[in-house]
Amino acid sequence: MPSKLSLHAALISILIFAIFLGAWQLATQPKESSSLAGADAEYAALMGKGAEKTDGFPPPVKVARAFVEYLSDPFYDKGPNDKGIGIQLAHSLGRVGLGFLLAVIVALPLGFAIGMSPLLFRAFNPFIQVLKPISPLAWMPLALYSLKDSSISGIFVIFICSIWPMLINTAFGVASVRRDWINVARTLEVNPLRKAFLVILPAAAPTILTGMRISMGIAWLVIVAAEMLVGGTGIGYFVWNEWNNLALPNVIFAVVMIGLVGMVLDMFFGWLQKLVTYRE
Amino acid sequence: MSLNNPFDPNVILHSGCSCGQHGSQAEHELEETEALNRRVIETTVMRALFPKDAERRRFLSTVGASTAWAAISSLIPFGALEAMAQEKGSLEKKDLKVGFIPITCASPLIMAEPLGFYKKEGLNVSMMKTAGWALIRDKVLNKEYDASHMLAPMPLAISMGIGSNASPTSVMTIQNINGQAITLAMKHKANRDPKNWKGFKFAIPFEFSMHNFLLRYYLAEHGLNPDTDVQLRVVPPPEMVANLRAGNIDGFLGPDPVNQRAVYDEVGFIHVLSREIWDGHPCCSFAIPTEFIRQNPNTFAALYRSILKAAAMARDPKNRSIMAEVLAPANYLNQPKAVLEQVLTGKFADGLGTVRNVPERVDYDPFPWYSMAYWILSQMKRWGYIKGDVKYKDIAEKVYLLTDAKKYMTEVGMTPPKETMKKFKVMGKEFDPLKADAYVNSFAIKKV
Repeated sequence: MPSKLSLHAALISILIFAIFLGAWQLATQPKESSSLAGADAEYAALMGKGAEKTDGFPPPVKVARAFVEYLSDPFYDKGPNDKGIGIQLAHSLGRVGLGFLLAVIVALPLGFAIGMSPLLFRAFNPFIQVLKPISPLAWMPLALYSLKDSSISGIFVIFICSIWPMLINTAFGVASVRRDWINVARTLEVNPLRKAFLVILPAAAPTILTGMRISMGIAWLVIVAAEMLVGGTGIGYFVWNEWNNLALPNVIFAVVMIGLVGMVLDMFFGWLQKLVTYRE
Repeated sequence: MSLNNPFDPNVILHSGCSCGQHGSQAEHELEETEALNRRVIETTVMRALFPKDAERRRFLSTVGASTAWAAISSLIPFGALEAMAQEKGSLEKKDLKVGFIPITCASPLIMAEPLGFYKKEGLNVSMMKTAGWALIRDKVLNKEYDASHMLAPMPLAISMGIGSNASPTSVMTIQNINGQAITLAMKHKANRDPKNWKGFKFAIPFEFSMHNFLLRYYLAEHGLNPDTDVQLRVVPPPEMVANLRAGNIDGFLGPDPVNQRAVYDEVGFIHVLSREIWDGHPCCSFAIPTEFIRQNPNTFAALYRSILKAAAMARDPKNRSIMAEVLAPANYLNQPKAVLEQVLTGKFADGLGTVRNVPERVDYDPFPWYSMAYWILSQMKRWGYIKGDVKYKDIAEKVYLLTDAKKYMTEVGMTPPKETMKKFKVMGKEFDPLKADAYVNSFAIKKV
């Protein structure tokens, strides 16, 4: 009974969420601050008593208010440092898209070449092994210094972080295509180009897409940190700007948005993956 | 260049000019002015090269005027000189990007935008909020920003190539004087004597900042060696309050509104205001790459006038409440208005239960005194950022554009001081800019 199962799962999900909200509310109950009891009214006014302010972790209601406020007008533009959440997300997605695309252009052909030739694989392997574990953000100062442009540096960081999983998975996928199929292609005297596109590519596609999915996940993780460093526009900048104001409700809002967009991106690649999966 | 007599009944009423070669009288006069400017510059240069009249004439008659002109103009950029001499000429660049860090030090250059001071000069300025000082430096060096808010020591360091590639950068104006403070965590409420601060962790916004130099000075005057007795960490201002709350640092010498924000959030108290260390110290500056000035002299002049006007506006205590309101939104400082108002008006809660009233808490005196640069250089030498001899005069005069400041201040109706240097006291100890090296050597705690 799959429908009953999913209904139960949904109920439990909602229950978990409700418990989470309740615990959150309890944990952030406003406390009466006693430190100002003896102080005079003027001092209290300067300390922002009576006015609403951000002390400690915000309760869920405040965060909900941030959601309503930002989502009701997602595309406003009040100057270069204050834009709606929709515009910020679009900037981030644009950067990720461009960096990712460049990585695809480099990683797929290179991965193909490495996967088909054991010689190239051995030659490239040490470099890949050294470069792969470097945190993408460690490239940032170098990129800023040599590329001399902060937005290109951001795109470069996305490029460099998303290239490795794709490269490795492509090489692996290409290398592990079943020998029988390649042998069949050889007996039929298929030319190398046709072999690459009609035999190896479809066979390796699921593995390649897994690599792309991992890459996209990493790229979306990295863009937030990169934009917090470089600033200007994007969801990472939004987080930084609200942090600057210690406005935690807005930061929480942004964190949730980052999660949602990341989920949608992952679902998209999951769907692509399903398209190319085949049964043997 | 003669004005027509407006009472002359016989004036010629045609659309051309008085010589007949231009479309209108205005055009004619413009060309005449330009020609005159050119002539004045050429004469000045010729006279400078050959101060003796007889020699000049001999030179000209031997080689011929046109050869002389060609020879000299290959050595001297008449075009550039002319551009520099021209005032209020056409703007070379209208769309400018100006970087800033969201702190109250940046108030004048930010306020110039909503008040339309840039627009009035024909400039279309985008104010770019930036995440940290290192990034400001990089974006100015990369020419992403045309000009920027910088800490007063940064242009000196960048021009000398300390902490970056050497790239001549100039200070147009000082943004603000005073307006910083030492903030300590609440747990040190009873521990106000710096002598007991051994082992403290302090945050500063940047190495080449007044905050670093003032904090080092303050600690050293109380017998602590800032390099060995305490820890100084570079932390971006917004993270200062968060770190103070988390207990990662014991205090910071930071820019406002961060100090007041720590008080407002009840995590810290204001130990001393920076004006109690050095009253009238510079903090931030408005900096511009020297190359930009050479390439865009008219834009530079227009920018100069607009930020000076903004500084004049920001100095007036009457405007401070309104400034707090304008600066509060997310596009600018993104801080509660209540916090900004306390910083700007100087009537503030100190975090220990007292309301203090210090109208001079922050001020916006734009004049870039050479003596300020001398002091900064002396401290850079004292703490080992500069090794060897320091050419105080050369560096200060190259980086701090005091002559230009005087000129444009007069132009916009301000009265600049006559001197270029002044003596001042830092924690009671006098600094004589002419004896800067002796000053450095007079300190017991230093790292030379």
